Amino acid sequence: MLRYIARRLLLTIPLLVGISLVSFLMMHMAPGGPIGAGTDMNPKATAESRARLKAYYGLDQPLHVQYGRWLGRMATLDFGDSFSPDGRPVAEKIKERIPITLTINVLSMGLIFLVAIPVGVTSAVRRGSLFDRISTVAVFTGFAIPTFWLALLMMILFGVRLGWLPISGISSLDYESLGTLGKIADRGRHLVLPVLLAGFGGLAGMSRYMRSNMLEVIRQDYIATARAKGLPEGTVIFRHAMRNALLPVITILGLSVPDLLGGSVIFETIFAIPGMGQLFYQGVMSRDYPLIMGILTIGAFLTLLGNLLADVGYALADPRIRQG
Amino acid sequence: MNGSRSTGSDFARRLLRNRLAAAGGAVILFFFLLSALPGVFSSHEPNRIDIVNILHPPSASHPLGTDDLGRDVLARVVYGARVSLKVGFVAVGIATALGLFVGLLSGFYGGWVDAVLMRFVDMMLCFPTFFLILSVIAFLEPSIWNIMVVIGLTGWMGVARLVRAETLSIKERDFVAAARAQGAGAARIIFRHVLPNTLAPILVAATLGVAGAILTESALSFLGIGVQPPTPSWGNILTAGKDNIEYAWWLSLFPGLAILVTVLGYNLLGEGIRDAADPRLKGR
Repeated sequence: MLRYIARRLLLTIPLLVGISLVSFLMMHMAPGGPIGAGTDMNPKATAESRARLKAYYGLDQPLHVQYGRWLGRMATLDFGDSFSPDGRPVAEKIKERIPITLTINVLSMGLIFLVAIPVGVTSAVRRGSLFDRISTVAVFTGFAIPTFWLALLMMILFGVRLGWLPISGISSLDYESLGTLGKIADRGRHLVLPVLLAGFGGLAGMSRYMRSNMLEVIRQDYIATARAKGLPEGTVIFRHAMRNALLPVITILGLSVPDLLGGSVIFETIFAIPGMGQLFYQGVMSRDYPLIMGILTIGAFLTLLGNLLADVGYALADPRIRQG
Repeated sequence: MNGSRSTGSDFARRLLRNRLAAAGGAVILFFFLLSALPGVFSSHEPNRIDIVNILHPPSASHPLGTDDLGRDVLARVVYGARVSLKVGFVAVGIATALGLFVGLLSGFYGGWVDAVLMRFVDMMLCFPTFFLILSVIAFLEPSIWNIMVVIGLTGWMGVARLVRAETLSIKERDFVAAARAQGAGAARIIFRHVLPNTLAPILVAATLGVAGAILTESALSFLGIGVQPPTPSWGNILTAGKDNIEYAWWLSLFPGLAILVTVLGYNLLGEGIRDAADPRLKGR
């Protein structure tokens, strides 16, 4: 097992190098260069002062030297300072935004598992039944619904019409005056819609995936054997079939990281949630290149980490993988 | 059963018999018509501002209501069909061409070519696609052309992997060995033998890809970094819907329905093509 993990870790090194190279080159190709944004518009900036700035930031060095320096800073999570008026370090800005984004995504993953696995298993076991047909239609609709549109509809229904749930931010105006329980309830009410929507796309995908896994497993010989020796159908389905059908789901968990991160841009913007997605969107709108590249790089690292955890988790669960 | 003609017509027959796929195809045809003849479906100008009739609910003269500038929502939805159609096809065209190229090279030549190209694919897949698209757009100007190109350039990796896998298996078949024995060169083997046999899975991927590209474009336009107003796109009409969410539900409802139905159409057709090309996979 340790050997498998070590080999898997080694494989991520070229990927890490690749990611850093792409990020660096993109940053380098930013219009006007990294100092352009500050000086292009400034009529007082002479060619001489620009050259001085370039030298100051090391931009007069050859590309590979610059890459080396940049890599060194990356390793210490130093993404430089944001172009926004506050000029704070990008790493600091991201750090304060990440917890809420991760919270919402973890909650929505929990929701996906809670709903999609029973739905997928039931559909597969009762293939062709009314339940199967309804859930298939629901899944296909789920694949086709633009999440941001669904968000708008839910805001109209639950926020504007019924007035049950707040539609923006993560806390009410009187949040500070609430007791501990009140605070938890308030935060919870604000998170209901975002979590639902963050999980929506995954819900459709996961139940479909679970269904086809289950169908595949049910056809296997060992299921026929289990039935033939007279085991009750419930034992066959839950002990023998479902356990095996669940294995590949571990992989999906890790692979869903990039989609969840991408989705967070959309729903955090819609619901005005101060997370990493919203920060990224603001960065894109104001062309805050250090911030954009910082979040892009962190997003890639998180994805890589997700893949790694998925593979290791799968190997832990399935001995065939680590020995093959 | 022998020869490509009869398998081709088998394929068409199976596809047409699949009611869901046929429905998907009909939806797509309908939106093609909308894009080709928008005037037939709406008598209003999509960009005609009418400040007297701002945010009117659906009525006889404006069947889907008006927006915050008094423009007819039906007209904007109808003209918006063009945008999604264009984006869907151009983006997927770019992604498919690139994916085919990389996949064929990688699968056919193997060795270090394969190793380098596939590590590059792995690396590209590490970047959350939506993050990558947004980053590139931030460097460029948001416009319909840039959107199409960027969605295409960030969406070819799946096709490349698919084509590579198909190529790997096809090049080991007897008919390829026979062609080689007859002295066929690499180009002839690739274009005569490998490529035609990868078409079915590519067609499936491309059809589903159009659906994905339409969804991505609408999300980008909704966020204000896609198709820029006043050009109507389903996504940017929804931006107005969000801004007027408390007064005008029709601005939010109808463009979204158009996206939903179109994307559903492409997905159903794509699934239908898959089932028709390989009936063993049906219902999976």
